Amino acid sequence: MYDIVIIGAGVSGCAIARELSRYKADILVVEREEDVCCGTSKANSAIVHAGFDAAHGTLMAKLNVEGSRMMPALAKELDFHYKQNGSLVVCMSEEDRPALNKLYENGVANGVEGLRIVEKDELQKMEPNISDNAVAALYAPTGGIVCPFGLTFAFAENAAKNGAKFQFDTEVLEVAPMDGGWKLHTSKGDIETKVVVNAAGLYSDKFHNQAGGAPMKIIPRRGDYFLLDRTTGGFVKNTIFQLPGKYGKGVLVSPTVHGNTIVGPTAIDIEDKEATATTQAGLDEVREKSGIAVKNLPLRQVITSFAGLRAHEARHEFFIGEVKPGFVDCAAIESPGLSSSPAIGKMVAGIVEGILHLEKDPTFDPTRKGILDPKTLSPEEHAALIKKNPAYGTVICRCETVTEGEILDAIHRVPGARSLDGVKRRTRAGMGRCQAGFCSPRVMEILARELGVDQSEITKAGGKSKLIVGTNKDKV
Amino acid sequence: MKEYELVIIGGGPAGLAAAVEARKSGIQDILILERDNELGGILNQCIHNGFGLHTFKEELTGPEYAGRFIQQVKELDIPYKLNTMVLDLAADKTVTAMNREDGLFQLHPKAVILAMGCRERPRGALNIPGYRPAGIFTAGTAQRLVNMEGYMPGRKVVILGSGDIGLIMARRMTLEGAQVQVVAELMPYSGGLKRNIVQCLDDYGIPLKLSHTVVDIEGKERVEGITLARVENGKPVPGTEEHYDCDTLLLSCGLIPENELSRAAGVELNPVTNGPAVNESLETSIPGVFAAGNVLHVHDLVDYVSEEAGAAGRHAAKYIQAGCKDETARTLPVKCENGVRYTVPVAVRPDCADGLVTLRFRVGNVYKNKKVAVYAGDTCIFSRKRPVLAPGEMETVQLKAQLLLDHPEADHITVTLEEA
Amino acid sequence: MEKIDLICIGCPMGCPITVEMENGEVVSVTGNTCPRGDAYARKEVTNPTRIVTSTVRVTGGKLAMASVKTASDIPKGRIFDCVKALKDVEIPAPVTIGQVVLKDAAGTGVDIIATKNVPVA
Repeated sequence: MYDIVIIGAGVSGCAIARELSRYKADILVVEREEDVCCGTSKANSAIVHAGFDAAHGTLMAKLNVEGSRMMPALAKELDFHYKQNGSLVVCMSEEDRPALNKLYENGVANGVEGLRIVEKDELQKMEPNISDNAVAALYAPTGGIVCPFGLTFAFAENAAKNGAKFQFDTEVLEVAPMDGGWKLHTSKGDIETKVVVNAAGLYSDKFHNQAGGAPMKIIPRRGDYFLLDRTTGGFVKNTIFQLPGKYGKGVLVSPTVHGNTIVGPTAIDIEDKEATATTQAGLDEVREKSGIAVKNLPLRQVITSFAGLRAHEARHEFFIGEVKPGFVDCAAIESPGLSSSPAIGKMVAGIVEGILHLEKDPTFDPTRKGILDPKTLSPEEHAALIKKNPAYGTVICRCETVTEGEILDAIHRVPGARSLDGVKRRTRAGMGRCQAGFCSPRVMEILARELGVDQSEITKAGGKSKLIVGTNKDKV
Repeated sequence: MKEYELVIIGGGPAGLAAAVEARKSGIQDILILERDNELGGILNQCIHNGFGLHTFKEELTGPEYAGRFIQQVKELDIPYKLNTMVLDLAADKTVTAMNREDGLFQLHPKAVILAMGCRERPRGALNIPGYRPAGIFTAGTAQRLVNMEGYMPGRKVVILGSGDIGLIMARRMTLEGAQVQVVAELMPYSGGLKRNIVQCLDDYGIPLKLSHTVVDIEGKERVEGITLARVENGKPVPGTEEHYDCDTLLLSCGLIPENELSRAAGVELNPVTNGPAVNESLETSIPGVFAAGNVLHVHDLVDYVSEEAGAAGRHAAKYIQAGCKDETARTLPVKCENGVRYTVPVAVRPDCADGLVTLRFRVGNVYKNKKVAVYAGDTCIFSRKRPVLAPGEMETVQLKAQLLLDHPEADHITVTLEEA
Repeated sequence: MEKIDLICIGCPMGCPITVEMENGEVVSVTGNTCPRGDAYARKEVTNPTRIVTSTVRVTGGKLAMASVKTASDIPKGRIFDCVKALKDVEIPAPVTIGQVVLKDAAGTGVDIIATKNVPVA
């Protein structure tokens, strides 16, 4: 019997696993996909919200601000990409100024530091590409951007290093109480545990309801995005939000930590929790709305588009708490879930500790080093690295300059990459302007060699996503 | 690390031809830097024939054509490094490169020839909505898997884009046992050679749907279906959707010159071609940096790549031998009009051309019964009737440099189309 | 009188050619811009042929595959027979351009030859 089983290896589940690995406990994270960070955590705005938006008095607001405050130090401790670039909520009309002031006051009440209103002149100086029609903006210097994959991998790897186990391709079908805990019926057999943490994202309502909580319904709320080439990286410096108002609710335009520009999202409620496809209408909506708060947006430099589904619940609030003995919800984590993740981890770990009276593990190591990027080394260090490990001398992804050394590191981490997408999210190989056209055959070769399987077994993202169907003339 | 007078970035057809001509022009210290594990570039995966009719008066396959130039490189003892990626080119021509054996190293050549070729436009840049399953490949990536590794990327294929790569892959996949259902093309005309429509589609009964595009991709993990729709004024027409069951979508929707290094060096690019803007000597805005082949503008025939790159090699040699002086000479910018989309070069210095000026260009639409005319200032110095001109076929005009020298009053050249 | 329109594939120009036939005999060929086009058109309407290019696996070589082609053109109707004949063909490195990979492919009388040099690994 495990002490704790966490359902879901998204950013919430991994943050919780990391915090719980501070204690002596048998922890298992079960994930239905082949890797961590495969659900909403991989398809979002990558923003660390300052915390002015979430309604004052909600758990969302509290954890957002706390998470935002924890990020800078955590980014150093766990070595993931984070940048405090600042946020601007742009007001497009004097009619909307009361709403801008309300947002400011809400932010102050939430405890967000450094908030202030900037007027047109200062705004134009800060961001030359702001629309000429912008009248003012709420400036939040503590707003940030993060690599959502890097953050999730950092939590997961640190949790694993400190003893947490991960089991992939394991779908939880049903949870049921048993003597001393809970029994999880999964696609790979039964798992017994004292405590369950429900961090199942879009499906957190399913397990909450199965456990006997008050009926909850999660509605998948789709966000379509465009990602622009890294040559557009300087288009805006801050994350630009449009204040909802006279001209409707806009979309955000933001730099990413890797130097791209991200544009989106829509907010379209759908039925199917698996429908992560973008639609023509969704992309058109982003395109239309993207030109309101900014001007000259270089949309022609798009390199890819994608959609993520937020786990939206009608009450628009996080559900975190022990809902039945030994069953802890971490449910309905929609935006600002990513931003709140460090705080969510702490809060849930605290709840579980209270249930199980866990003992602190003196061997817990809070540090984690990310995948070494040779581009961050001095020329001398770089040369020495290649001498020591020639794999760092072979460039595999031309667009993002990713070497074989980094890809090998990604595969051999725990949890490590086992598919093209796993390599992509850990190393950026395939995220460039050619979108894996050049590197994918090479990455497939490396994966096959390192995992000891035939190249025809390599998948894009696990499951049925095989890249190769056979060999030449095999059906002739 | 030994220094070289001339560094050629790319060991494909352009790099190889440039190296051979530079050596024949007398440059001894040449180094070719190639990122793949063999010389030959994209020709290695172009196993079909149709190459070399102009150059060798024979019809060769891609690897055979490459083989002829590789043989010359070896006979001339021109050094090259394989599995070597150039990471940076500086404005002062410093080349930073990397491989397993030499690690990270820098070269300081007197001249550089850019021959990096081009890449394919991916699905993401086409804004095709839908899922992002496995089974979507650009035609060139699929070509690499099939021809270099012997792996089939799919069994039931839909192809978007009737450029030559898409047409060639329609035949290739069919001959390896796949079922190619349809080739869709956004434009009302095909971008590829007519011979390829015959030998790759007609021969195998594969339908070509002009003015059609992909409007949806189904299948979350692996492609399960594609929806095509007819297009009018660039927009899909509602109600014209056609669904195809398939497991593979191949994309042949445009080639983009790979100019990351050129940008890094500050080389001025032509916004129409996305390749460097060059003069009659194929020299870029940085003196001593030359460009040829697909990195300069996407070619249809490798024979013209070899010609162009050979010229670049000769001019790079001249530059080095003349002491790397920056030539200030009378420069005539080249204007394009009336359907001529771009020209290579963008400027001509008549005093620097070695007898002949070669102008290559593409038109932006299909034109019938036109005259290609070249003007020096207001005087027409060249005209030729062309019954058909198409965007998919690069045109070449060769002028005697004397014609420009005879018109010292002209301050620009115009390449235009007129009624025949 | 039968009129057949076709595109010449002799070279990348792709001239549109019209062939007039009577009782299976070619009466006239128009539209070609060179003698090869005339020859191609006559052949195409009476006995169409093609060069077939493909790949075969290489054992012990620096590369996994070698490209190959029919040494000369074969009847269009026999393309798939040639392809089938290559199905399980594997050749050992070294491979030289021009070497015979499969003699008399599918009884066409035409050999399949290598178009790629592959050194030993």
